[in-house]
Amino acid sequence: MIIAGVALLAACTLIGVYLGDLLGIALGVKANVGGVGIAMILLIAARVWLMRHGRLSKNVKFGVEFWGGMYIPIVVAMAAQQNVVAAVSGGPIVIIAAFGSLAICFAAVALLSRIGGRDPGGPEVEHGGALIGGEPEAARADAAAIPAGRTR
Amino acid sequence: MSGLWHGLEHVFVEQSLVAAFAVVGALILVSNVAARRLTNGRVHGSAIAIVLGLVLAYFGGVLTGGKKGLADIPALAGIGLMGGAMLRDFAIVATAFEVDVIEARRAGLVGVLALALGTLLPFLVGTLTAVAFGYHDAVSITTIGAGAITYIVGPVTGAALGADSTVMALSIATGVTKAVGVMVGTPLVAKLIGLDNPRSAMAYGGLMGTVSGVAGGLAATDPKLVPYGALTATFHTGIGCLVGPSVLFLTVRAIVG
Repeated sequence: MIIAGVALLAACTLIGVYLGDLLGIALGVKANVGGVGIAMILLIAARVWLMRHGRLSKNVKFGVEFWGGMYIPIVVAMAAQQNVVAAVSGGPIVIIAAFGSLAICFAAVALLSRIGGRDPGGPEVEHGGALIGGEPEAARADAAAIPAGRTR
Repeated sequence: MSGLWHGLEHVFVEQSLVAAFAVVGALILVSNVAARRLTNGRVHGSAIAIVLGLVLAYFGGVLTGGKKGLADIPALAGIGLMGGAMLRDFAIVATAFEVDVIEARRAGLVGVLALALGTLLPFLVGTLTAVAFGYHDAVSITTIGAGAITYIVGPVTGAALGADSTVMALSIATGVTKAVGVMVGTPLVAKLIGLDNPRSAMAYGGLMGTVSGVAGGLAATDPKLVPYGALTATFHTGIGCLVGPSVLFLTVRAIVG
């Protein structure tokens, strides 16, 4: 059932966001604390559980992966509704604060990514990339290269 | 002729989400062709699509005077639903299905370190900028500094501290500018900062924070990195909202008096 996959994704999202809200209240913050991150962890756990019990059918997978493949179009729609006018007409204080922190954070990424080895990631990572990039055909080719015994 | 046009607009308004799928699909198609033909595949099609989206958002904002870019045009209101927080988060969660658990766990510590730095560094830059531009009170300085964390942390902190509305506007504008800068800048600097593997993507997500910026920046750079960056980035705003009006404000107040 394809809807089972979509419903699994929806349930993980709802539970994650709810827990994020609760965490926010517990910490006295007027915001959701990591709701989406919690939802992602729940979905990862659900995938591992389903695989161990042999219940991860093609259709369940498709129900989730379809939405992963819709990620880039959704992000493009997100870009198209940003308040770009406000960003462009912000004035010097906005420009300096925004681009200053941007530069310093990019530099910190460079620093942190040097810590430890540089692991480009195996075929599993490539497989995920092809799916999120909306190219399931390429993903199938990558999946064939994943060694047996890995979590997938 | 105007009757035909009117009818078309009516369909777009009535079928807003479906219309958004068609419009965004066309935008991505054009961008992919442009990436292949004009840049010989050197630039990701999705990078062009995101920049194109931002440019259109600018014209939408100029045209309507609204705050939601293209989505303020009634016939394109579906873009607001399609790219809104609900479906954005839904799609981000879906990408977690492709996470390599071993990779993610290995980079866990880097992610935590990145989250701490990603909150402190922009706050520092923001507060110093505020001071340089003549702000002396702890509330204004903290609010502008918080805006440099993300455009949600800024107003949440400002509201909690009772900041002035012009300061709030500055704070939000700083966060929005940062988000747009992350979307456009990431594919340009990706090679330079070593953003090509799950581990650095998790560091990047925690440091850049702003979910929309990270979502756009990684989509434009390499889709395989998306879930790893998103995993850390989604904790960023919550942490910022937690420490902004509390620890960070108290520190600023202790310094400026």
